[in-house]
Amino acid sequence: MYDKQILICAGTGCISSGALDVKGSLEKELEKHNLQDKVRIILSGCHGFCEKGPIFIVYPEDIFYCGVTAEDMPELVEEYLVKGNIVDRLLYKDPITGESVTSHENIPFYRQQKRLVLRNCGVIDPENIDEYIIRDGYSGLKKSLQMDPKEIIDTVKNSGLRGLGGAGFPTGRKWETAYKIESDKKYVVCNADEGDPGAFMDRSVLEGDPHSVLEGLMIAGKAIGSDEAYVYVRAEYPLAVRRLRKAIAQAEEYGLLGENILNSGFNFKVNVKEGAGAFVCGESTALVISIEGKRGMPKPLPRPRTTEAGLWDKPTLLNNVKTLSVIPQIINNGADWFAGIGTEKCKGTAVFALTGKTNCSGLIEVPMGIKLGKIIHEIGGGIPGGKKFKAVQTGGPSGGCLPESKLDLAVDFDTLLQAGSMMGSGGMVVLDETTCMVDVARYFLNFTVEESCGQCTPCRSGTLQMLEILNDICEGNGREGDVELLLELGKSIIDSSICGLGKSAPNPVLSTIDYFRDEYEAHIKDKTCPALVCKNLIIYDIDQEACTGCGRCRKNCPAGAIAGDKKEPHVIDQEKCTKCAICYDLCPDRFSAVKCLTGEKITAMAKGGGN
Amino acid sequence: MEDRLKEILSPFKTQRSDLIPVLQAVQHEYGYLPEQQMKGIAKFLGVPESQVYGVATFYAQFHFSPRGKNIIRMCRGTACHVKGVSKAADKIQEKLEIRVGETTPDLKFTYEEVACIGACGLAPVMMINDRTYGKLTPDKVKDIIDSYEETSEA
Repeated sequence: MYDKQILICAGTGCISSGALDVKGSLEKELEKHNLQDKVRIILSGCHGFCEKGPIFIVYPEDIFYCGVTAEDMPELVEEYLVKGNIVDRLLYKDPITGESVTSHENIPFYRQQKRLVLRNCGVIDPENIDEYIIRDGYSGLKKSLQMDPKEIIDTVKNSGLRGLGGAGFPTGRKWETAYKIESDKKYVVCNADEGDPGAFMDRSVLEGDPHSVLEGLMIAGKAIGSDEAYVYVRAEYPLAVRRLRKAIAQAEEYGLLGENILNSGFNFKVNVKEGAGAFVCGESTALVISIEGKRGMPKPLPRPRTTEAGLWDKPTLLNNVKTLSVIPQIINNGADWFAGIGTEKCKGTAVFALTGKTNCSGLIEVPMGIKLGKIIHEIGGGIPGGKKFKAVQTGGPSGGCLPESKLDLAVDFDTLLQAGSMMGSGGMVVLDETTCMVDVARYFLNFTVEESCGQCTPCRSGTLQMLEILNDICEGNGREGDVELLLELGKSIIDSSICGLGKSAPNPVLSTIDYFRDEYEAHIKDKTCPALVCKNLIIYDIDQEACTGCGRCRKNCPAGAIAGDKKEPHVIDQEKCTKCAICYDLCPDRFSAVKCLTGEKITAMAKGGGN
Repeated sequence: MEDRLKEILSPFKTQRSDLIPVLQAVQHEYGYLPEQQMKGIAKFLGVPESQVYGVATFYAQFHFSPRGKNIIRMCRGTACHVKGVSKAADKIQEKLEIRVGETTPDLKFTYEEVACIGACGLAPVMMINDRTYGKLTPDKVKDIIDSYEETSEA
């Protein structure tokens, strides 16, 4: 019998922060103190709080240590596990008050969350099917095997669940369509081709709770009358692929997958297909074509829906990872339970990857209808370094940027869309005053241009034209009328592209023009970059009065552009400067002598003869 | 068809839908897709060579020239972008004297940029082979590359 259990997060984030070294060192220390039979170590899936990793929780007390290293283990074992003294320096510190927090439930990052999709992530060992089963795993399947397909579909319909892949289509209605079509063969496909930059929810669910996705697939199969599923997962997620394959093997071994499941006569097979790196394959028709082994290009309209004619022209039910993983709980707890969470039109929860300029970044799950500001300032803990919030980008390359005035928005599928952004697959990137909105728009367009499948002209050529205009603006070559041209181009791309990727590609540009037009105008008319990002519009200069001649910048300048004698103010040779900002970063805070200037200030400096 | 290719193809069925997994398996073994093997794949699956190339060139994962022993994948995702990944990216290219998509002449490193690794909480991030490195700075990147230089010489 174990006295204590220690959960070490073994998600991709924590592993890269050294979680496996922590485990190795902990094992050694436990042996040293002869505690190996008293303390059980569990490698869990993602806890969400990736930035503070590796995460290390001791149960039953629920002591939450973060940012632990292998070197911390001797002290942690000796002080806490042997003597019972909490090691304060490894506890989470509130970014505002600086106070230590012992239990993870008291950390604001977790306190505001409601975890349904992520229920097991970070709680169980994802490579052990028994731990999933103990937490009611596969009981949803068992229940559904005794249910009539119509009954299952009605439960999903009444729960109000909408597709968590981003578009928010009612899941039950999709299932009903797939059920009603008669066919000798039907497929269920799980879309795990999470290609949006800034999103890692699907990855974390597959890594942290793979069985929930399998169970969801089987229930979907039982409901629509399908005996075979495909999981289309990015090859860039090696850990997710490995854990998913392991989960399939375990479920088969337990008789929960395969022929005659639990003696019900129901057969089900799950195949894994690794995507080969094409963002457009997240689009349903392209994904299906890619599984068939072809170039993943979306089918133009008019065409039948994937639900009617998908994989090898058979009816195919396509659902996202998160949608499928919450299904078993809906079957278990009933439609009313799920419908009781969220807003009138959007039930349940939303999962976001909260990242960017935020104090606490990571994976979060919140009830639909939560205020945007609450996510950013309470869960995210505000903006680091005392900087000002500028915008939040949601929905990835198909979404948009929302400014401070929208922080009161109650977040769900519909409100985000109305505000000019979208839920998308759930990326939420916080931007502060040092982010240039034109540069962000350019960043997304660059992505779309790279990822456009090239099939239709508006997307292939139109986005390239938009990108070139944005490049000109960022480089100081913007012309009057560029903003109007971007708006016109954006509108025609939306009107005439074949697929959802093209139709939403201009969104990052349109929404930033909508809310931050003054930044575009500043670049075009005044040739300034207010956020001091666009290299052609800024220079670095040394304040002669503040510089003490410490020489740090001179020694580290890769271009050899800084000159000055010891203890004498230094000077940057603008001809040689590559604007790498190393001097700006290195100049000690107490001097802050290196300045970044834009617009009129550059002109003033030039007139002043190099200050 | 050479024996090595035959062995790689042995678990696959001769069906079109196996084309992408076949390409993945061949690339896994050779490190890239050599011309002769592409011909062999076309023959094995009974698909015209043009279509095999058509599919292989569509997906970012496939490569047609030899690649380095260590594949560096720098993340260019949104979170990494706003957290200044370009400084780390510049540092690697400067240090290895290669640009995006290129391989060092000694075949030790290939440098690539990818859309998003999905480890945004640790931005900026990169992967070397299957290992992820987070919170990158130009200095940290230099040390990481140095550690690979040493191990590959040992």
